[in-house]
Amino acid sequence: MGAETALSPRFGEFGGRYIPETLVGAHEDLDRAYGEARNDPSFQAELDDLLKHYVGRATPLYFAEHLTRECGGARIWLKREDLAHTGAHKINNALGQALLAKRLGKPRIIAETGAGQHGVATATVCAMLDLECVVYMGSEDIKRQSLNAFRMKMLGAELVPVESGSKTLKDAINEAMRDWVTNVETTHYIIGSAIGPHPFPTIVRDFQSVIGKEARAQMLEQAGKLADVAIACVGGGSNAIGLFHPLLDDPTRLIGVEAGGDGVGTGKHSATLVAGRPGVLHGTKTYLLQDADGQILETHSISAGLDYPGVGPEHSWLKTSERAEYVAVDDKQALEGFKALTRTEGIIPALEPSHAIFHAMRVARELGPDKDILIGLSGRGDKDMHTVAAALGVTL
Amino acid sequence: MSKRLRDLFASARTDGRKLFMPYLTAGYPRREDTVLLLLAMEAGGADVIEIGVPFSDPMADGATIQHANQVALEQHVSLGDCFTYVREARAQGLKAPIILMGYYNPILARGEERTVREAKESGADGFIVVDLPPEEAGAFLAACRTYDMSFVPMVAPTSADGRIRLLAETGDAFLYCVSMTGTTGKGNVPLDNLPFFIERIRKQTDLPLAVGFGINTRAQAERVREVADAAVVGSAIIATIDAAEEDHRAQSVREFVEDVSGR
Repeated sequence: MGAETALSPRFGEFGGRYIPETLVGAHEDLDRAYGEARNDPSFQAELDDLLKHYVGRATPLYFAEHLTRECGGARIWLKREDLAHTGAHKINNALGQALLAKRLGKPRIIAETGAGQHGVATATVCAMLDLECVVYMGSEDIKRQSLNAFRMKMLGAELVPVESGSKTLKDAINEAMRDWVTNVETTHYIIGSAIGPHPFPTIVRDFQSVIGKEARAQMLEQAGKLADVAIACVGGGSNAIGLFHPLLDDPTRLIGVEAGGDGVGTGKHSATLVAGRPGVLHGTKTYLLQDADGQILETHSISAGLDYPGVGPEHSWLKTSERAEYVAVDDKQALEGFKALTRTEGIIPALEPSHAIFHAMRVARELGPDKDILIGLSGRGDKDMHTVAAALGVTL
Repeated sequence: MSKRLRDLFASARTDGRKLFMPYLTAGYPRREDTVLLLLAMEAGGADVIEIGVPFSDPMADGATIQHANQVALEQHVSLGDCFTYVREARAQGLKAPIILMGYYNPILARGEERTVREAKESGADGFIVVDLPPEEAGAFLAACRTYDMSFVPMVAPTSADGRIRLLAETGDAFLYCVSMTGTTGKGNVPLDNLPFFIERIRKQTDLPLAVGFGINTRAQAERVREVADAAVVGSAIIATIDAAEEDHRAQSVREFVEDVSGR
């Protein structure tokens, strides 16, 4: 691999770069800068140093003994991204891309956010690296995630409420793209998931692969073997691809869990890989929730971070190549997963990985003892307490 | 390439005449308005008409055209409906070449070959697909060549010279030059850099050049006509419709086009 870009723009038939002409040059620059950075030991050293001392990596691998006993089956292990600085895996990517932006000489950062975790992570690294930061967030999501919205403001970011469309993550991405088309000369867009035009899905996956690399080594050290099954929630799919990618050559079974919302049969869900079909949105060819005319459908999930009608193109490829399988877990089931982990282990998960926890509990029972399940616990649940309280009929 | 477009640009160049290209989102504000508005634009002096194909996520468009897309989609206006409007407008005597402008996913969902074939059969002349750069356009371009339809690439101020050559090789009838980095509908764009931008493109290609994005007034259109072959106006057409009484939309659009086209 030379300094020239050696990144493949596609994952099988998925991926690519479907973008307005104004943004082509910026993507070529980014492709080149990232190709150089990934071959530059000083870049990796700076990133590793900050991951260790600023983010708090490596995050622990925790054997969930009590949840395991409760399920009465396979051993359940948690990769604790909830313990990373700012409370979720999002900072791995935000930090890496912010360092790239500095390399590109771009002083202004924009980002979209759904649950607010990526927005908070981006605002955090921008505060630390002295970069201007503007975050686009659907007004519906700001209501659901008022705590994170306030955190971003405290960190010095400008938070722009998005009122178009369904006022959620998809529309925040549209608005961020419109900003980028306008300010591309000075601005880098830190996309928060492994989605978007090439080279974003590759860049985000690489920065998130630290999850799977650490977890794989930790499993070998603590369990003495690789996981039999790895399970992670999938919205755009950055924590899942970060966990899965280093395991692709292993015999480990990979399961992505999408948001079933009110139930896949109701049409009110975000289960893109389970119920969608391929199309092009936000610059990439991937599975989408769309109608017969190719219009993108509105989605629903109890977790703002999974509420997205597309998915990272590499997941589409892992699905069609049958290397990974994808299932849906609905809102009610996710709440059960949330409650189970909270009560048995004293770990309050975010609603996003609560989907993965519920499915892992099912799989643990099916597999029986002497097997090992690795869950990507992508974030902590403080931000979701209002949503959970409302779902349980409690007024705070 | 569309013969209608080729002949039009050739004769305009011979006569030293500059062209005017208004844009209308299909089905806006109501389904029944579209054909009347297309005819009104031609009556006012439109040389080429762009019909916007509604899409749920128009990421290169500003608030005005986003809203028009949303209103059209609330009435379930589809790509198939766009073909119906073109067919009806042709049946009522519309002569101007028609370009369908929009985003890739509705085309992909309908089928690329089918889309191009149906567009041709309806009487349209070409496509501008905002999020389909030449690198990704293989199958769609092939279909356009098969059916003698024009594929109109966009050129941006951020396009490097080598890239402009590639875009020019992909295009056939003309290039759509984006006046500035930004979305559609930004008012009062100064256009001070436009002559340099156009000069940079002219060094790479002889194709006719249309300029759009941020062109709202007759004065701006005049500045475009000084340096380029055609001026495109979109959001200002939508705004004209919005400002008009329900019974006077077609008349208002016709008067607006008469003014801005300089006829």
